[in-house]
Amino acid sequence: MEKNEYVELFHQMILIRLVEEQATQLYQQGKIGGFLHLYIGQEAVSTGLISSRQPQDRVITAYRDHGVAINCGIPVKVVLAELLGKATGCSEGRGGSMHMADVGKNFWGGHAIVGAHLPIAAGMALGDRYQGKDSVTICMFGDGATNIGYFHEALNLSKVWNLSVLWVCENNLYGMGTSVERASAVSEIRQKAEGYLIPNSRIDGMDVMEVRNAAQKAIETVRSNRTPYFLEIETYRFRGHSMGDPERYRTSDEVKCWQDEEDPIGIYHKYLLDNKIISSEELDELEKASEQEVQAAVQFAESSPEPLAEDLYKNLYVEME
Amino acid sequence: MPRITMREAISQALWEEMERDTRVFIMGEEVGVWGGSYAVTKGFYDHFGAERVKDTPISEATIIGAAIGAALTGLRPVAELMTINFAFSAFEHIVNQAAKLHYMFAGQMVLPLVIRTVGGGGRQLAATHSQTPDVVFAHFPGLKVVAPGTPEDAKGLLKSAIRSDDPILFIESATLYQSRGEVAEGENLIPIGKSKIQRPGKDVTIVSYSKMLETSMKAADQLAQEGIEVEIVDLRTLRPLDMEPVLESFKKTNRAVIVEEGWRSYGVGAEVSARIYEEAFDYVDAPIQRVAQKEVPLPYNRNLEQLALPQVEDVVKAVKEVL
Repeated sequence: MEKNEYVELFHQMILIRLVEEQATQLYQQGKIGGFLHLYIGQEAVSTGLISSRQPQDRVITAYRDHGVAINCGIPVKVVLAELLGKATGCSEGRGGSMHMADVGKNFWGGHAIVGAHLPIAAGMALGDRYQGKDSVTICMFGDGATNIGYFHEALNLSKVWNLSVLWVCENNLYGMGTSVERASAVSEIRQKAEGYLIPNSRIDGMDVMEVRNAAQKAIETVRSNRTPYFLEIETYRFRGHSMGDPERYRTSDEVKCWQDEEDPIGIYHKYLLDNKIISSEELDELEKASEQEVQAAVQFAESSPEPLAEDLYKNLYVEME
Repeated sequence: MPRITMREAISQALWEEMERDTRVFIMGEEVGVWGGSYAVTKGFYDHFGAERVKDTPISEATIIGAAIGAALTGLRPVAELMTINFAFSAFEHIVNQAAKLHYMFAGQMVLPLVIRTVGGGGRQLAATHSQTPDVVFAHFPGLKVVAPGTPEDAKGLLKSAIRSDDPILFIESATLYQSRGEVAEGENLIPIGKSKIQRPGKDVTIVSYSKMLETSMKAADQLAQEGIEVEIVDLRTLRPLDMEPVLESFKKTNRAVIVEEGWRSYGVGAEVSARIYEEAFDYVDAPIQRVAQKEVPLPYNRNLEQLALPQVEDVVKAVKEVL
């Protein structure tokens, strides 16, 4: 790996953290409506994962999608504009926090109904297979999604038809406020893949390098074997499920412990310094530059125009009446 | 023109579109080796092969979800749900995914998707297998809902649906598969979202579609013997709803009966009559009548089932009511 690749991973993780902190403020100021699910704590998962894909590989995820959007290459200002519901947002203000996408960057959303995008992921892999493409569809979802029927239907189909899907379960230990142990018959989610004879592994999602290495192997396994693979990535969200979360289901000590011991940015920061990949000064400068980048992005989003009232019906159909 | 069955017309449309465009493929339960549970895709598997005529597990949500995904990659899937009663298992993917993605992602996602399914009662399949919930799906903007009543329309509309870039629910009627009608040979595309006068008349307007078009036609034949000339407007598409021919006819007859197989409450009759009152109030000479299914889960017993379903006599009676 070249130095600039290491640096880019750090840059993306910092950007996600800063965007989410900005989003918190904008939400508290009433500028972001609806639900807001933050990715703070989980940055290493999508950063490591998506940095491993080839351009032809599709990415589709659930509603905790801001980080994934940034990793897929949607500019921070466009992400923030969507959060503010502006015409310059990636979904032109029609989708909001939970529905970001940029098809040109092979990022297929941003899906807010738990588990509903898994069958869609299987179908994209089917479409690529039908057309003789060697793309891999990377489908991310939370631990909670593995308890809904769509998950089981989609995994089964992917195995029966040998579709090139990398199933990625971000296990952050809680589906909203219900812990995995209280909701799932198996606490190692990867065991569910065993039931469908889908090869699988379980890795630490707080270490971006571990995620990247595992993801690279998994993606190439899917591509060369033309079969699905299931990757369970253990992680933790440092913030509530969404902004309106009283967090009665976990102690502040538990959260603090993860923040102190397992912060993915702290872990990677230390890794870069320990391995003398980059100097502490360079990292400081990078952080500062990232802060400026996000500040400028907020300004762009705030000063962007609202969608036009006359465009209310835009894109309802391809073929309008 | 050759007279063919509804089944043959639909089968021809699928066959011709698959021959024309390799992006078109079929997926669903028993569509392949079995030949389709209503034999619509009989012979397709042997001709087009397993890659283009895909038998799926019994996983309705994933049949539609995967068809959506395949459509997003540029294919033109025709996903089959064995009956519309199973569409409830795929409800999320029909109304909350297919109907939403193009709009919600600002036009980035294009879904050239057709969902073929079969509805209607009258075959003693009891409550869970006999429904006509067409309006449930027509309620959702972003989806188009087509329900033909003649073989000619079935063929022409299905071909248009397959060529459309929008997600379309194509509802067939199980008890119409054997009905015959003239279908022109060769290409005859019928535009989606256009109602049609199926029988001209001057005394009363009947608005109907799908199976109830047949029932209304029979009622019109009876009424003609009594000198009552009924004009029948076939909606053909429930969303988008084309009211032009309905209003034009109503302004001529000033009387209307709306006939649907589904339940009366919140139904096609409610929608169409409301629009007539909104847009042609000055032309109303009699309260608009609605003929629909009695509001019970459809019973198995043949007599009770027929009692609950709209019959020719019900239509005749309603027409006389508005005269």
